[in-house]
Amino acid sequence: MSCGSKGDKACGSGHGCACKTSARADDFDASRRAFLRGSAATAITTLAVGVTLYSFSAAPAAARAPGDKVNPKTRWGLLIDASKCGDGCNACVTACQTENGWGDTGHPETDAQWIRKLTVRNPKNGASFSLPMMCQHCADAPCVDVCPTGASFKRADGIVLVDKHTCIGCRYCMMACPYKARSFVHEPVTDQKPHAPRGKGTVESCTLCVHRVDEGRLPACVEACSDTAGGAMLFGDLNDPTSEISKRVATYRTMRIRADLGTNPGVYYRNI
Amino acid sequence: MKHLGTRSEAVFATLLTAAVLAMLPATAFAGDAAWLPKLSRGQGDACVADTDWMRRNHMTALMHQRDDTVRDGMRDKRFSLKGCVDCHAVEGADGKPVTAASPRHFCRSCHDFAAVRMDCFECHASRPDTKTGATGGLLPARPPFIDTAFRAQETGRPKQ
Repeated sequence: MSCGSKGDKACGSGHGCACKTSARADDFDASRRAFLRGSAATAITTLAVGVTLYSFSAAPAAARAPGDKVNPKTRWGLLIDASKCGDGCNACVTACQTENGWGDTGHPETDAQWIRKLTVRNPKNGASFSLPMMCQHCADAPCVDVCPTGASFKRADGIVLVDKHTCIGCRYCMMACPYKARSFVHEPVTDQKPHAPRGKGTVESCTLCVHRVDEGRLPACVEACSDTAGGAMLFGDLNDPTSEISKRVATYRTMRIRADLGTNPGVYYRNI
Repeated sequence: MKHLGTRSEAVFATLLTAAVLAMLPATAFAGDAAWLPKLSRGQGDACVADTDWMRRNHMTALMHQRDDTVRDGMRDKRFSLKGCVDCHAVEGADGKPVTAASPRHFCRSCHDFAAVRMDCFECHASRPDTKTGATGGLLPARPPFIDTAFRAQETGRPKQ
């Protein structure tokens, strides 16, 4: 990542560098040019910097203006009650496909799969249950550890994402993930959703509907599950002791899949 | 030596440019020249920044905003690519906005002219979300299946 400016002091962090120095120089060049052309010198319109407060009435997310950074005190997570998860129900998967624009392209071996339904059966007595499986948004994510370019990263609020701008498609993260949560895009993609960019040659996975969470809305799977299915999924802030998810995690016996690996997943399950 | 060489090259380039310009017919510089890209004006009264500034610096602004958005969740709309695409949509023959596959697309019309390849639309949507179309080749969801590897892990269930 480079800003292409000589006097840039803020670069060096790898990302999030400020290009203010170069932008100011270009402002000057542009206005001088406009003056020399004989037209009236045009001042760069500067948008008024103001703080806008947004409030979300029935939203789980804390109010945050669109221009603010994510709150590092937050940790988004899910609690999934497998006893309420219907065996043949696919509502969460369908909702995710519709929301994020992935799906069956006729290549079942390689098609992307952000969320899938699993049926777990005890071969001795035949008892089975069903659960959705997706990125577990680990606090100590193996995919983040192994990524050679820093494309696989954890946001300050605990959401694990792929920065496709820097992903080189090496698929090391796919090997590292114990949940088989990530997919590689093998085919060219067209007509993506504007809020969910996807492209050939990059790795992708569940984003916890980060675009919705940033607006204070629920992830699509959680919404679909409560609207049309059993309401098995609960989304919320695990770091906030007053949130519904924290209360339930504190009250009931929950478990996290392959907790023995020490990845500290953000997705909790009940009744599995 | 190197410095002198660079200077003489620069002088030569200037003379050559002047000669080429002198040979061009005057009509080439007419205001409505057909060879200039035809850009859609976009909606609203003004762009998020001055047009001259945007012509030179839109790529830097987009590059800066992309890291802010992806990494820090800052979704200020000022320099978002989605904002450009939404505002500068060009309607196609079917009544829907054209994609970057069309030479009439706002970004592409100028990038074709400048011969600069853009990678943005290999991943990003190049037109606003149309509720009716743009489903990205979605087919019915796959049925749930039993993941054998996962089942093997589940044999070690915690004691109740």
